[in-house]
Amino acid sequence: MSEYKHPYRDAEFILNELVDFDALCADAGMEDINAELASVILTEAGKLGSDVLAPLNEVGDTQHPQLGESGVQQTAGFAEAYQQFVEGGWNSLTPSEEYGGQNLPNVLGTAVNEIWQSSNLAFALCPLLTQGAIESIAHHGSDELKQTFLPKMVTGEWTGTMNLTEPDAGSDLAAVKTKAVPNGDHYLISGQKIFITWGDHQMTDNVVHLVLARLPDAPPGVKGISLFVVPKFLLDENGNPSARNDAHCVSLEHKLGIHGSPTCVMSFGDNEGAVGYLVGEANKGLAYMFTMMNHARQGVGLQGLAIAERSYQQAVEYAKERLQGTKRDGSRFAIIKFPDVRRMLTQMKASIEAMRGLALIAAAEIDRNQYAKDDSSAQQHNARVELLTPIVKGWLTELAQEVTYLGTQVHGGMGFIEETGSAQHYRDARILTIYEGTTGIQALDLVGRKTLMNDGAHLAELIAEIEVTVSELEASDQFASQGKALREALEEGKTAREWLLRNAPEDAAAAGSISVNFMMMFGYICGGWVMGQSALKAQALLDAGNGDPEFLTAKLATAQFFSEHLLPRVKANLASIQAGSASIMALNEDQF
Amino acid sequence: MKVLVTVKRVIDYNVKVRVKSDNTDVDLANVKMALNPFCEIAVEEAVRLKEAGTATEVVVVSIGPKACEEQIRTALALGVDRGIRIETEDSPESLNVAKLLAKVIEEEKPELIIMGKQAIDTDNNQTGQMLGALLDMPQGTFASEVQIDDGKVNVTREVDGGLQTVALNLPAIVTTDLRLNEPRYASLPNIMKAKRKPLDVKNPTDLGVELKAHTQLLKVTPPEERQAGIKVGSIDELVDKLKNEAKVL
Repeated sequence: MSEYKHPYRDAEFILNELVDFDALCADAGMEDINAELASVILTEAGKLGSDVLAPLNEVGDTQHPQLGESGVQQTAGFAEAYQQFVEGGWNSLTPSEEYGGQNLPNVLGTAVNEIWQSSNLAFALCPLLTQGAIESIAHHGSDELKQTFLPKMVTGEWTGTMNLTEPDAGSDLAAVKTKAVPNGDHYLISGQKIFITWGDHQMTDNVVHLVLARLPDAPPGVKGISLFVVPKFLLDENGNPSARNDAHCVSLEHKLGIHGSPTCVMSFGDNEGAVGYLVGEANKGLAYMFTMMNHARQGVGLQGLAIAERSYQQAVEYAKERLQGTKRDGSRFAIIKFPDVRRMLTQMKASIEAMRGLALIAAAEIDRNQYAKDDSSAQQHNARVELLTPIVKGWLTELAQEVTYLGTQVHGGMGFIEETGSAQHYRDARILTIYEGTTGIQALDLVGRKTLMNDGAHLAELIAEIEVTVSELEASDQFASQGKALREALEEGKTAREWLLRNAPEDAAAAGSISVNFMMMFGYICGGWVMGQSALKAQALLDAGNGDPEFLTAKLATAQFFSEHLLPRVKANLASIQAGSASIMALNEDQF
Repeated sequence: MKVLVTVKRVIDYNVKVRVKSDNTDVDLANVKMALNPFCEIAVEEAVRLKEAGTATEVVVVSIGPKACEEQIRTALALGVDRGIRIETEDSPESLNVAKLLAKVIEEEKPELIIMGKQAIDTDNNQTGQMLGALLDMPQGTFASEVQIDDGKVNVTREVDGGLQTVALNLPAIVTTDLRLNEPRYASLPNIMKAKRKPLDVKNPTDLGVELKAHTQLLKVTPPEERQAGIKVGSIDELVDKLKNEAKVL
């Protein structure tokens, strides 16, 4: 079983040097929140993650949740761990103080969330979903709904779920069929939802489902979907769970990974009808989902980072221990001495550092938008959040596939053996490019809503900002070649942007055909930007005699690696983009 | 009842300790530091006494530079009420620590003092005993169970032959062993509250203590790397090697 230790040095380096955490908190009026407190919080969360959640990771993989008479029974040990998580108050990190939260910055919540996700991805999905449900109710629910449900969800005493998908309505939610019929002060919900993560369990005495459904008079398509709160247990007059609502898990999916997380088929209203309460106004459900989508998608992007980190830690440990080389004197040495193993480990490390940097920078933009002093600043940060979110979700989770693949590869034959544990990370990572909008959906979002809809203005702003880092790199002898490489990549990015703006109106298949290359390309460019900034900051700290030279010189090396070995992928992306849709759309359907 | 606990900032037990290249000391530059695990047990015991209603106030003391306040804050986040740091340049040797603590204890007048039995950096296991002598207080060292009982504290001690229970008149000093309790994790709300708890700073001059060097650190060397083992062909060969090469028989 692999151990997990939170890479606190890198997290704190990014928070302090790239995100400017102290300034962010001061600007947000959080005078008493600073890097020192963040360090304490990360340390304490790291203990719970390493000691309590991480050891259960493998348990969840082998002892799957079971559906029985009284619902879903989670993996042994999860309920106790969840209890510790709740008692530690960790569920309440970012929610508003009004509902008992600590109201800490989203970027700090994100940094802490990495710990839970690395420790135990399947477990950590449960609080992640609760957080999404809290946000939906907090943003759009009536005061009564908020007062009734939020305090217990913020503490984590009740968990939340998101019920969107139906057998016929996946990426296309316009096809949602679940019905909601008015019935006095509430609605009766009936229908089936699938892929409901942590849809049922016995860890808490209530589960609060958020369900998309249609009213009888609703217009067709996306404009006729409403959002409802459907608790597993209805509440008595004191707000305590009492009668069982007609909302049940009827089946559990058999999956490739994240086995510890029960993925439920939920059936609403099989008997008397499931009691539900409308969130906000009728027919606005999908719009409400969109308001929390950035958060949810960035959260999944972060899972990509987290599983990559876990896989990397295990690979490093193995590479240092596994003796497979023999010197002339007959003594043996560990595989970490082999250049190709180095290539794999350094690629994992450089990828992870770029991923962490981008994840936290994007998370901080959510704070900077929320606490902006004026409208223009708010709009600017909002545009950046909108732009970076599909990249964080799409690029990080795609990169996580490669990192966890390499993690298994470093192990050689042992990596293919389940008991080694590396395979679990590889399997667990696989869902990340799929749920919360597939890579294809993220890429379409980036080229469509986030680029074409504003004529590429937001992307141009990002490019201009990256150009500042390029100039700084070029101005230094030490980083001139990294500056040159990033300059080239950025020019290629500009060419791609212009290609998209020019060709999308003429060729209906253009945007969709190039979208994934476009998204990956800007992922690598952002990664080069993050690592370029990291190198400059690391050298400045070294020059000033501050910080740990071991860590900082390693950062210089990973930045160079990223520039030399990952950034050149941008060239291939551009070549593919410029080829357009021709060969992609060439075959007729019978030729497949 | 007021309880006083002491905490020391030490190298994190997860960190692989390195010796400075000139062999003058352990290399602590840029190393993750943490609360000494035995002190953590002391803090936990004090907090449990408070939760049980036995203790009314728990005060934590640490000695060292400003960085020690991190460990004081950790103790505050675990449930201690207030902190005192005694300002010194680095971590002073045991007798100086005991003298400084004795002065603080004369001021604070706690009825129970709980300390870790030793710090994992120097492994001296002597400060509690020295403090007992300086204050002429009863001491129960290596505690695996602590019970307050009508002006007395019953301390179950882990001694070589098994367990020994002693009853001490209060005020008394208890030093903790590993099995006394399992320390809790700090909760997020308590970490937030800890920021606002009082933390006083005193210096040795205020306390009327002159820090003296009684020992001198001559040299620090890392343990020799373990050599690879060999396989022996027979028991006879093993016995022969133990006798003639290892010379342990």
